[in-house]
Amino acid sequence: MTKSTMTFRRYVVLGVVAVTAPLGDTLLSAGMEKVGPVSLHHLSALIYAIQTPQILLGIVLLIAFFASYLASLSWADLTYVLPATSIGNVIVALLARFWRHEQISPLRWLGILLITAAVGFVAQGPSYTEVEEKKPVPCEISPESVGTPTRQSS
Amino acid sequence: MIQHGWADAAMIGAIVVFATIGDVLIAAAMRAIGDLDDIKAARGLGGAILAVLGSVRFVSGVFFMALSFFSLLFALSHADLSLIAPASASLTFVTNAVAAKIFLKENVDRRRWIAAVCVCAGVILMAH
Repeated sequence: MTKSTMTFRRYVVLGVVAVTAPLGDTLLSAGMEKVGPVSLHHLSALIYAIQTPQILLGIVLLIAFFASYLASLSWADLTYVLPATSIGNVIVALLARFWRHEQISPLRWLGILLITAAVGFVAQGPSYTEVEEKKPVPCEISPESVGTPTRQSS
Repeated sequence: MIQHGWADAAMIGAIVVFATIGDVLIAAAMRAIGDLDDIKAARGLGGAILAVLGSVRFVSGVFFMALSFFSLLFALSHADLSLIAPASASLTFVTNAVAAKIFLKENVDRRRWIAAVCVCAGVILMAH
């Protein structure tokens, strides 16, 4: 049996899941580009990499992503959370187009359209499946059996 | 050429399988733990964090997610990002839907199947 467990606050949590993951990845990528390649013999360079503002912010965003992802899975189905939060791909593409002025091909626009449609489609449905646990069937006690002495056969 | 294709398929398969097992284990753990908002209200943030970290399913799920991440890194060092990233991301949507229906007993109705397939196609198109 499915039911809707969504409130405005929970839609905001799903929004945080959607936005923080791609933004965190993008910031880590930008930060590591700044740091440059890290060789296996100089792994200590990774500690200095954490001091880069982009990497630090990226890590904070990815921690926020994981916390909100776990919270959302405690009140919504996996098959609801994953499509509903895939709008993050669209946000990154739109940021690339309008902030960094990158070109987006018609095929990419079609992909954006499909993902947006999927998010709208799944978000309108129920968010949580209640799995009924098997409970022991209570024994029926008839009025006759209560207080009636039973004869023990010896 | 054929061997190369099989190697790519095996690497993508490993990423998808590990990610799906990880996602399902984490989702099962969170379902068993219960609504985190309620736990936080009753026991505070520390209590909620302890409830999550004390779950064996959660720790196993994180382990499989880590395996998926390292498989992705390994795959990226042998094949193109434009092939590995969209293929693994889109296939994971479909395998998650199948696994959630079988193992989590989620009600994956027609609406959710269509959404999973649309996201899958959308991710592939956005990689172009």
